[in-house]
Amino acid sequence: MGAIFRRELKAYFTSPIAYIFITVFYLYTATYFVNYNVYYGLTDMSYVFQCAFNILMILLPLLTMRLFTEEKRQRTDQCLLTAPVNLFAVVMGKFLAATCVFLCAIAIYAVYAIVLFGLSGYLAWATVIGNLAALVLLGASFTAIGVFVSAMTESQVVAAIVSFIIIMFFFMIDMLSGIVQIEWLREIMASLGFYSRYSEFSTGLFSLPNVIFFVSIIFIFNFLTVRALEKRRWA
Amino acid sequence: MIEVQNLTKQYGAKKAVDNLTFTVNDGEILGFLGPNGAGKSTTMNMLTGYISSTSGKALINGVDILDDPINAKKNIGYLPEIPPLYLDMTVKDYLNFIYDLKKCKIPRKAHLEDVCGLVKITDVYNRIIRNLSKGYKQRVGLAQALIGNPPILILDEPTVGLDPKQIIEIRTLIKKLGKKHTVILSSHILPEIQAVCDRVIIINRGKIAADDTTENLTKNITADHRLIARIDGAREEVLKTIKGISGVVSVTADMEREKGVYDYEIETKEDADIRRELFKRIAARNWIILGLKTSEMTLEDIFLKITMDDSFEIKMKKTSDEKSEKTEKAVPADTESEENDKKEESKEAEE
Repeated sequence: MGAIFRRELKAYFTSPIAYIFITVFYLYTATYFVNYNVYYGLTDMSYVFQCAFNILMILLPLLTMRLFTEEKRQRTDQCLLTAPVNLFAVVMGKFLAATCVFLCAIAIYAVYAIVLFGLSGYLAWATVIGNLAALVLLGASFTAIGVFVSAMTESQVVAAIVSFIIIMFFFMIDMLSGIVQIEWLREIMASLGFYSRYSEFSTGLFSLPNVIFFVSIIFIFNFLTVRALEKRRWA
Repeated sequence: MIEVQNLTKQYGAKKAVDNLTFTVNDGEILGFLGPNGAGKSTTMNMLTGYISSTSGKALINGVDILDDPINAKKNIGYLPEIPPLYLDMTVKDYLNFIYDLKKCKIPRKAHLEDVCGLVKITDVYNRIIRNLSKGYKQRVGLAQALIGNPPILILDEPTVGLDPKQIIEIRTLIKKLGKKHTVILSSHILPEIQAVCDRVIIINRGKIAADDTTENLTKNITADHRLIARIDGAREEVLKTIKGISGVVSVTADMEREKGVYDYEIETKEDADIRRELFKRIAARNWIILGLKTSEMTLEDIFLKITMDDSFEIKMKKTSDEKSEKTEKAVPADTESEENDKKEESKEAEE
């Protein structure tokens, strides 16, 4: 796992992809931070946290799209899958590498918080920390979805688009639940929504069910990735 | 040691590998020969645990590749058809990554130096793999397989894309490795197999068509005696004269090589040596023999015969699945004739 993690992380930072990812993320969130917190002087960072959802929805599929597709295209998966490592370690190595790049991106929030504290002399630290935790969970969920999709296809473009669609699905599903008449289905749909669960955090609510929900999503998609790789062996 | 028992891989209705059974002993270099699409790579992928088998078993040093993949894989170094290289890494980084991936215990620096020296990539050690030539890439691929000193090496067409000098180098290297390792080598290039391997398995359409030492294989096949004689003389007359020699089964004239000179392919009965008689008769008519050679079948011919010609059979122990195939073939023929019978009957009834 360590070897794969280190290789992937290095690959991210030797290609422009990690830098572009981080730069775009900084620019986007900084716009919100400057507008709401610096310009209007709000001490509430919830807008800055909320805006991360949209941009990550687009950026994370681009970060994860090459993880397994490239392996298949270059046939390097033959090297990974015939080495004496188990598939779970392979998947975790890649997942953690992508998550690590993502963590580099969201580390900027610590800077925002400190700047804000310096400007206003006041900050709800507990809320900020809770929000950061939520953001980590959300990003890791998107990453897990992206890794899974990249294991299913050989094309990076397809991987990016399909991961985006799946993330979109989880984003929209609770909004769509309103138009469903069947009650049990509506409840299931409402409970799957990423956005409502995430925005609960940004309003300052730290609820355990939401944490468990995201952790489950991460676990399920990583598990599915292992199964997808396994299945290809058996096909 | 590799033991393969009834290994089968089925893709939908197509059997890519059909009931392979063979054993490779320690220190043996086995050549895997077959035309493209015969199932060589599929078999190798199953042996290395990259894909699973539909049925059957593959034991690597006694460990089943499907039951205990991790321990089985520890014994194998695999060079796939396309070397699995990360193009954006340097050779150094790549080999270090493989070293970590395989969880090697051998001292890192010395081992990597050894491997690089062995496949002669020391001079490109710090270069990015993308910029290397095909030959170097292939060798980095081989280096990757050698890391960790696995007792078994599985090499899928290791000399593809190399220049003649490199091919000879790699062959010598494989021979050298064969002294300490068990090697399975696939190729569709025959001289390669002849030069390197102790034993050959010819595989065609997913089945073993022949399994023997290279020498035995050529010996078995050259049982029918053939001569090629280049004779300066009137074509029809020469043909007649040669046919007159006792022991000649058939004779055919080839295209005209020079003016009035033809190559005659003469098939004789077994144990009949007609060379002296041929000379005398040709000389008696004042014709001239410009060349005379026995046409022994090369491994190439055997290969072509086995893979092109379904009716061709080698004189050797037939495996049970070959027999079963015949019975399978026999069955539809019967049903066809039965159907024909029925049609005839119905026609008669109509009449």
